Amino acid sequence: MGRFVIRRLITMALMIIAISLVTFLLFIVALPSGNPASLLAGRLATPAEIHLISLRYGFDKPLWIQYVKTMLNIFGGKAYSYTNGFNVLSEIRHGLPATLSLALGAGFFWLFASIALGTLAAVRSGKYTDRVLTVLSMIGVSMPPFLIGAFAIYFLGYKLGIIPLTGFVSFTSSFTQWWWHMIAPWITLSILFIGFYSRVLRSTILDTMSEDYVRTARAKGLSERQVLFRHILRTSLLPIVSLWGLDLAQVIGGGAILTETVYNLHGVGQLAAQAIGDFDIITLMCIVMLTALAVVVMGALIDILYAVLDPRIRL
Amino acid sequence: MSALRAETAADQPSGGIEDAAAAAGVGIGVYALAWRRLRRNRVSMFFGVVFLLMVVLCLLAPVYSNDIAHIGPNTENVTGTITIGGKQVFIVSELGIPIGPTWNFSHFFLGADGNGRDVAVRALFGGRASLEIGLVAMLITIIFGTILGIIAGFYRGFADGLISRVMDVIWAYPAVLLGITLATVLNVRGLGPFHSTSLMSTALVVGFVYIPYIVRPVRAQVLSLREREFVDAARQQGLSNFRIMFSELLPNLSSTIVVFIPLMLANAIILEAALSYLGAGVQPPNSTWGTMIQAGLNTFPAAIHTVAVPGIMLVLTVMSVNIFGDGLRDALDPRSKVKV
Repeated sequence: MGRFVIRRLITMALMIIAISLVTFLLFIVALPSGNPASLLAGRLATPAEIHLISLRYGFDKPLWIQYVKTMLNIFGGKAYSYTNGFNVLSEIRHGLPATLSLALGAGFFWLFASIALGTLAAVRSGKYTDRVLTVLSMIGVSMPPFLIGAFAIYFLGYKLGIIPLTGFVSFTSSFTQWWWHMIAPWITLSILFIGFYSRVLRSTILDTMSEDYVRTARAKGLSERQVLFRHILRTSLLPIVSLWGLDLAQVIGGGAILTETVYNLHGVGQLAAQAIGDFDIITLMCIVMLTALAVVVMGALIDILYAVLDPRIRL
Repeated sequence: MSALRAETAADQPSGGIEDAAAAAGVGIGVYALAWRRLRRNRVSMFFGVVFLLMVVLCLLAPVYSNDIAHIGPNTENVTGTITIGGKQVFIVSELGIPIGPTWNFSHFFLGADGNGRDVAVRALFGGRASLEIGLVAMLITIIFGTILGIIAGFYRGFADGLISRVMDVIWAYPAVLLGITLATVLNVRGLGPFHSTSLMSTALVVGFVYIPYIVRPVRAQVLSLREREFVDAARQQGLSNFRIMFSELLPNLSSTIVVFIPLMLANAIILEAALSYLGAGVQPPNSTWGTMIQAGLNTFPAAIHTVAVPGIMLVLTVMSVNIFGDGLRDALDPRSKVKV
C-alpha cells in the first residue's frame, strides 16, 4: 500500500514538472519575437527600451533560469500580468467564489441526474425508455454550453423573466439571489456531462449485470431492487465517480470557460477568456497550468482512493 | 470531452463482429453485416441522411449566394433599405438592430446581421468552413492517433512509455483551455502555412487536442492483437515490423477506428465553434458557425436570429453525426449493446 502511494505520488510530481515546463515553453513560443519584453514595452518602443526591460525582468537570461523564476513567481503569488499589471493569483482568487459555486452546484446535479438516468436506461435496456434516453443524451452532448446559455438567457430570462439575465451574486451577500443566479448556469453546464455520464453508466451497468456475483445474488433470492442497489450499482458507480473527480477538477480550474463567459459569472474561466482577447499571456498561462495541475493531483488522489477501496489495484 | 475519456477508459477490444459475421453465414463480410444492422436502425439512418443533406446544403452555398440571394457572404450593407410589403425598411435600424427573417429567398431570407450581411448566405458559407475544419481536424486526429497508438502498442517499452507520457500530459489539459492556448500561439506566431488568416490553423489545433483520445484505445487493442497467431505467422514469413504494423495490424483495427470517425467529427466541429466563440479560433474575414454565434451575441437579445440560425445548424449537424455514429457503433460492435 505504502509503496503504491509513493510510486503514484512520484508519478504525480513528474507530471507536475512536465506540465509546468510544457506550458511555460508554449507561452514563451507564443510571444511576439519570443520576447515578453517587446510585449511589455508596447508598440512604439525603441530597441533600447526593449533591451532595458529585458534586463530588468530577466528575459535575457537562459530559458531554464526564466522557467525557474516564472514558476517561483507563480507559486509565490508574485506573478503580474504583462498587459494589465494586476496580480494574477489575486485575480484568480477573486474569480474562485463564482467558479466554485458553479462547479460544486453543477457537479452534484450532473452526478445524481446521470446516475438516475443511466440506471433507468440500463434497467430498461433495449426498450422504448432506453431508446428515448439514448437520443436525448446524444442531443445533450451535441449542444455547446454557450448556445444553451444564449437560448436560456433569451427565452427564460429576456422573454419570460424567470431567470436573471447574467451575472453572479456572491453566496455571502444573498443566498436566494445567489441561488437564483446560479440555477441556469448549473443546468447549462450539467447537460453535456449528463449526456456523457448516463451513457457510460448505462454500459457499465450492462457489463456488471453479466458478472457471476450478480447471478449469485439473484440465486440466493435477493429482490431485484436489492441486487440493483447493493450489488450492481455499488461497483458500476466507481468509474463514474472517478470521472467526476477529474471533470470537477477541470471545472474548478476554469474549464467551464464557455458557461462562465455566456452567463458573465466573472469566474476563473472568464478570466482566461478575457486574457485571450488581451493577449495576456501570463494570466492565461497561470490558469491553464493550474487547471492541468488540479487534474493531475485529482487523478492521483482518485487512484490512491481506488487502491484503498480495491486491493487488487495495488499490485 | 469527458465522454471520450470514459469511452477510451472503458475500451475493450472488439472482436465480436468477426464472430458474428462467421455465424451469419459464409461469404458475408464484417462491413456488409454491419451495414445490414445499421440499415435496420431507422433513427440512425434518418440522422445520417440529415447530416448528408446539411453537407450538400453547405456545399451549395455559392449557388445560393450567386443565383438566388445575389449577395456575397461578406457584403455589408449597414445603411441600405429593402422593400417589404411595399414599405421601405432599414436593413440595420438606427439602434443597430438588424432585420429579422423576411422568409423571402431573394433577399435576407433569414435576416441580416449587425453589419447588414445576409445571415442565410453566411450560415451556408460558415457551415462549409465549419465542416471543412471538422473534417481536416478529424483526419489529423485519426491518422496521428492511429499511427502513435500502433507504434506504442507494437514496440512497447521505451516508445510506449514516451508516447503514453506525452499523451498523459496533453490529456491533463481541458480540451477548450489547451485549444485556446495552442490557437493563441498559432495566431500570434504562425507556423508555416498555419497562421491566423488560415482556416487550417484552427483545424490543426482542434485535431491535435483530441489525439490522445484515439491513441489510448488503439494502443490497448494493439497490445492484445500483437500476441495473436497471425502476427507470429507474419513474423515467421519475414515481414518487417512496418509491414506487420500497417498491413497486418491496421486492418484489424479498422472497426475501432471507423467508430471513432463520426465521434471525432462531432467533437471537432463543437471545439472549433467553442474556440471561435471565445475569439481564439477562426479569425475574420473567414466565418464559421462559431464566429457567427460570437458576432451574433453583439446584437443579442434584440436580434436572436443572428445566434439562432448558425446555432441551430450547428446543433443539428453535430447531433446527426452523433446519433448516426452511435448507431454505427452498435452495428459494428453489437456486444456492447447485447449484454443484457
